Amino acid sequence: MSILIDEKTRVIVQGFTGDKATFHATEMIAYGTRVVGGVTPGKGGMTHLGLPVFNTVKEAVAATGAEASLAFVPPPFAADSLMEAADAGLKLVCTITDGIPAQDMMRVKRYLMRYPKDKRTMIVGPNCAGIISAGKAMLGIMPGNIYKRGPVGIVSRSGTLGYEAAAQMTELGIGITTSVGIGGDPINGSSFLDHMALFEQDPETHVVVMIGEIGGPQEAEASRWIKENMTKPVVGYVAGLTAPKGRRMGHAGAIISAEGDTAAEKAEIMKSYGLFVAPSASELGVTVARALASIKS
Amino acid sequence: MDIHEYQAKDLLAGFGVPIARGNVAYSADQAVYVATELGGWHWAVKAQVHSGGRGKAGGIKLCRTYGEVAQAAKDMLGKTLVTHQSGPEGKIVQRLYIEVAEPFDREIYLGFVLDRKAQRIRVIASAQGGMDIEEIAKSNPESIMQVQVEPAVGLQPFQARELAFGLGLNIKQVSRAVATIMGCYRAFRDLDATMVEINPLVVTKDNRMLALDAKMSFDDNALFRRPRISEMRDPAQEDPREAQANQHGLNYVGLAGDIGCIINGAGLAMATMDMIKHAGGEPANFLDVGGGASPERVAEAFRLVLSDKNVKAILVNIFAGINRCDWVAEGVIQAARGLKVPLIVRLAGTNVEAGEKIIQESGLPIISANTLADAATKAVAAAKG
Repeated sequence: MSILIDEKTRVIVQGFTGDKATFHATEMIAYGTRVVGGVTPGKGGMTHLGLPVFNTVKEAVAATGAEASLAFVPPPFAADSLMEAADAGLKLVCTITDGIPAQDMMRVKRYLMRYPKDKRTMIVGPNCAGIISAGKAMLGIMPGNIYKRGPVGIVSRSGTLGYEAAAQMTELGIGITTSVGIGGDPINGSSFLDHMALFEQDPETHVVVMIGEIGGPQEAEASRWIKENMTKPVVGYVAGLTAPKGRRMGHAGAIISAEGDTAAEKAEIMKSYGLFVAPSASELGVTVARALASIKS
Repeated sequence: MDIHEYQAKDLLAGFGVPIARGNVAYSADQAVYVATELGGWHWAVKAQVHSGGRGKAGGIKLCRTYGEVAQAAKDMLGKTLVTHQSGPEGKIVQRLYIEVAEPFDREIYLGFVLDRKAQRIRVIASAQGGMDIEEIAKSNPESIMQVQVEPAVGLQPFQARELAFGLGLNIKQVSRAVATIMGCYRAFRDLDATMVEINPLVVTKDNRMLALDAKMSFDDNALFRRPRISEMRDPAQEDPREAQANQHGLNYVGLAGDIGCIINGAGLAMATMDMIKHAGGEPANFLDVGGGASPERVAEAFRLVLSDKNVKAILVNIFAGINRCDWVAEGVIQAARGLKVPLIVRLAGTNVEAGEKIIQESGLPIISANTLADAATKAVAAAKG
C-alpha cells in the first residue's frame, strides 16, 4: 500500500515555473508520479511541462482535483504557501525549502489547528528531501533509482543519511514501502510519531526505520509511542555521537540544548523502549535485516 | 546569530524594557569619557563578548573612580576571556560596556525560548536570579515558573501577572515587571529571536525594575527580513573559519581532531564523523557542502578544511542525489591538485561509476572507498600515516 502517496495521488507543484521545481517535477513525472499541474501566482493560464499552471492553489484544486502538493517556495513566502495549501483543502503538502524562519513554522502549525483533526493537512518538512513510495510515486528530490520496493518504511530527519540507509538496504535486497523525510528544522510540519502511526496502519510495511539526530524531543516521544502502540519492529539510529554540546551542526534543529538531546541519550531511550538500535551508520542495512528476521521467528 | 549585551539592551529598551544608563567604549579613554558623561559614583565596566560567565572570569569590574575605570578597561581590552561557556579558546574583548551601577534589593531570572516540544514560545521566571538557569534547575527547581505563549494571540498580560505575583513582587513592582515581561516578549516576536535572557532582572530600593544583563540570540533563517539585526553581527566573536564558511554558503564547525571532513547533508556529515570515531580516529571538523556540490563549492570546502593545520587526511563523502557523481568528481579532482595530505573519496548515488572512473583516471593519488565503513577505516589509517 505505502503511506501518504501512491501512483494515483494527484499532485500539484507550488512554485511550478521556477528552475528547481521544473527540474524536480520532470524527474517526478518520469518516475511515474501523477503530476496534474502547478501554481505560480501571476502565471495562471500558461502551460508548463505540458501541464496547466494556476494562480492560486484553490483554482488548481478545483480544476484538477489535486490532493497533494510539493512546495518549492523560497523562505520569505514559504509559510504563506503552506497556509494557502491548507486553506485549499489539500490532504498533504511537502515543503523542501531550507531556511523558513522558526516562528513562521510555529504560526503555520497554529493555523492548521483551525481545522478538525480529520480534515487537517499533513505537512512534511521543511528542509527535507521529500517522500517516495518505491515504484509508485515521488514527492521530492531524492534519486529514485536507489530504492526498490519492499516491506520497510523509513522516516528520517536527514535527506542524504536517509539515502544511505536505503542504499544499504537495497544492497541487501531489502526494499521500502515509503520513505519520508521530516526534515532538519526545529519546528517541523510532522514528527516521527505522526509517520510511525501511519506505518503501523499500513499492511505492506512490516518494519520501520527511524533515523534521528541530536537536538529536540521527537525521537524520545516516538520511542515511547512505539513501545505502547507499535506491533511492528522498529530500527533506530541517531547521528551525532561526536557532536559537541551547544553547537549547531548544520540543520537548524541539530543542536544539543536540553537534557535528552544528545545522540547517546536518544540511543539509550530507543533501546529502553525496545527498538533495534543500529550501533553505527554503516550497520543500518544489516540491522534492518535483523529486524525483518525477528518477525519470521 | 548572537549579539552583545549593549546591543541587546539597546534593542530591548526600544520595547520598553528598563535598563540602567550606559554606553559602549572601544578604548580606555572612551571608557573614562563614558563614565564622566553618565555621572554618578559607581560604574560597572563589562567586557562585551558572546558568552556568559563573564563575572567569574574577570570580565565585569565594579569601579568607584575614573582611574579604576581606566585601569579595568586597560586590563580587559585586547585580552581573550575564557569563561565556562566560551570554550577553551575564549573570546576576544574588543568592546566594553560602561554602565551606572545602582544598588538593588533582589535578583530575578527572566528568559524566553522557543519550546520545540510545545512548538511555542515559553517564558521562564525564577526568584533565584543571578545564577545559571541550569544551576537553578538543579538546586532549586521549585522556584522556576513557566508560561507558554499561545501563537494565535501572543503573550497576554494575565500571564505576565501570574509570573510577577508568583515572584513575590509587591503591587508597585508588579506593573513594572509586567511591562518588562511584555516588552521582552514583543522583542522576541518582532525581531525573530530564538532566545532572550535577562539575568539578573533586579528590583531597586525604589521599586523599579532594571535589566542588569541582557542576552539575545536570533534565528539565522530570519535574518533576510531583519537587516538591522544582521548588521549587528560581530565576526571577531566567531571562529574565522566558520564565518568564512558562512559567507560561501557552507556549514562548518571546527573540532579538535585531524581528519578533515567534506560531506553533503548534515545528518550524513554527523554520521560520517561518528564512523570516524568508531574506527579509532578524530574528526577535525563538521562540514556540510549542502545540496549543490559545484566545483567552486567543493574547492572552497577544501580550502576551509585545509586552513586547519591539524588536518592529516581528508575524507570526502558525497551521496549524489540531484548532483551527479561525475560532476562532483570533476570538482574534487580540481580541488585535489597539489594536495599534500591523503585524500579518501567515497561517492554514492546517481552516476557513481562515471564518477569513480573520473577519479581513477585523474592520475591523482586519491584513495577510493565504496562504503561508509570502508571510507572511515581508510581515512583513519591515512591520518595515522
